[in-house]
Amino acid sequence: MKKNVSVFTLFLAMAGLSGISANASDSLTLAKPVAVVADADNAGLKLPAGFGALKVADGIGRARHIAVTAQGDVYVKLMRVADGKGIVRLRDTNGDGKAEDISSMGNYGGTGIAIKNGYLYASSDEEVFRYKLDAKGDVVSPLQPEKIITGLINRRQHESKSITLDNNGNIYVNIGAYSNSCQERDRQTGSLGRMPCPILDSAGGIWQFKADKLNQTYGDGVRYATGLRNVVGLDWNNQLNQLFVMQHGRDDLHNLFPSLYTQQQNADLPAETMYALNKGDNAGWPYTYYDPFKNKKMLAPEYGGDGVKEGSKEYIDPVVAFPAHMAPNAMLFYTGSMFPAKYKNGAFIAFHGSWNRAPLPQEGYYVAFVPFENGKPGKWEIFANGFAGVEVVTGTRGAQHRPSGLAEGPDGSLYVADDAKGTIYRIVYTGK
Amino acid sequence: MKKLLILSVAAFTSMAFQTAPKKQLPAKPAAVNAANTVSASIQRGKQVYTTTCLACHQVDGGGVPHLNPPLDGATGVIGKDKIRLVRIVLKGLDERVELDGEYYSNNMAAHADLSNQQIADVLTYIRNSWTNKAGAVTLAEVKAARAKIK
Repeated sequence: MKKNVSVFTLFLAMAGLSGISANASDSLTLAKPVAVVADADNAGLKLPAGFGALKVADGIGRARHIAVTAQGDVYVKLMRVADGKGIVRLRDTNGDGKAEDISSMGNYGGTGIAIKNGYLYASSDEEVFRYKLDAKGDVVSPLQPEKIITGLINRRQHESKSITLDNNGNIYVNIGAYSNSCQERDRQTGSLGRMPCPILDSAGGIWQFKADKLNQTYGDGVRYATGLRNVVGLDWNNQLNQLFVMQHGRDDLHNLFPSLYTQQQNADLPAETMYALNKGDNAGWPYTYYDPFKNKKMLAPEYGGDGVKEGSKEYIDPVVAFPAHMAPNAMLFYTGSMFPAKYKNGAFIAFHGSWNRAPLPQEGYYVAFVPFENGKPGKWEIFANGFAGVEVVTGTRGAQHRPSGLAEGPDGSLYVADDAKGTIYRIVYTGK
Repeated sequence: MKKLLILSVAAFTSMAFQTAPKKQLPAKPAAVNAANTVSASIQRGKQVYTTTCLACHQVDGGGVPHLNPPLDGATGVIGKDKIRLVRIVLKGLDERVELDGEYYSNNMAAHADLSNQQIADVLTYIRNSWTNKAGAVTLAEVKAARAKIK
């Protein structure tokens, strides 16, 4: 407050010296902007009418998942440490929406981050930690996290450990399968599937642990759902009290089985799928994949499938099927009131963008929205586009920005993290 | 057929070397022949790349950030260790290896079904595409490397 007064006085003095007539509202605006203002170009994004976007921060590292405190601080998990630190805190000190105060903590890279019941949770590719937050939303002891989960499998492929929490003291962790389709030889043309797939005992699913117990590992947790190849985007739906996940579908149908699938089918199959999970569910990987044109679970070619044979009915169906290979890296159920009513309780999905549609053009690189009515998903649409910065992405390297994280601010703003250039976007609604 | 042509060109060249007086070496024709051979190898290598490598390493050789390593500009691709390149094609790569300061998550399949000529061609192609400019990999080099790689 004192600082504001002195800035105010200084401003008056300067205005007086230069002969500019000042009034109180001008000086207040100078000292403390009151509104978040979208960038003139909406940070390069294409948005529905009435929405605007700004860059909160740029070039902060490989930003994966993000979480926002009740006070509006943004915590960003970096995939790899930058200057030895893997969690970045972005603080907007003057209310203009831009982060003026950027600091970092945590000596590990990773993807998962979440805030629940006064704790900040963050994951490496093998472990999950938590940090107590004080009443102001600050981390109490940045150097002394509690290690709540340890010893999770990391065999390079699908190594990120995404996390979300329910309202019953549980944390859910994705442990991705270290394989494309559980072949005898991973990604080898014609190699058949291992039966039963041995990966599923310790990966290829969602594990449930206690949110407050130290040093848990496989024996302490529950395999909550299985048959999920790799989930990066997941969120607990508080309205339905249910876990929702987005699976990264399998790759390379044509490249591995060229006599059964064309290049076009390779690009279009299988769907990226959203599942509403219940404890004990099996989504069918690696034995089946989901064909969004037939709306059916199909038998995987590694297990005798040919593009025509259906898979077993014992596996659950997705609740939404998206185009193939777009890599859903984050999901967020929107509970805020800033956006128009249709967005309330719907799901935003951050699509990182494809690579294995090649040689056909790549797809994704946008944030999609799925409206939910009475707990049921409606037709999905593109919400925020333009991250790639080019009309057509032929090689994945050509995409300038790639959406990888989502979070909702206390005012209902939507934050989007990009792990290519390390840009944090904030999307606001300014329409009436 | 192509192999025969290359062999006969090589035979002709070496004959020319043997018979011509030292100071009148037919330097220019030899260089042109070599260039033709390399450019033919690059053309054939492009076909191999398209069917075998492109899905992961992409049309621009840029790879996929953090998943599949780029070939364009990669020091290992344009470097001198051709045996390592042959080994990666034959055996694939499923270890955590640092490449130009980065790590990549996906496994590369083995491609031992490719012929020595195809391997020479595709390696010559990737060493001379996009921004890469490095020496060709010859059939003889691949043969020798393959014999050493178990």
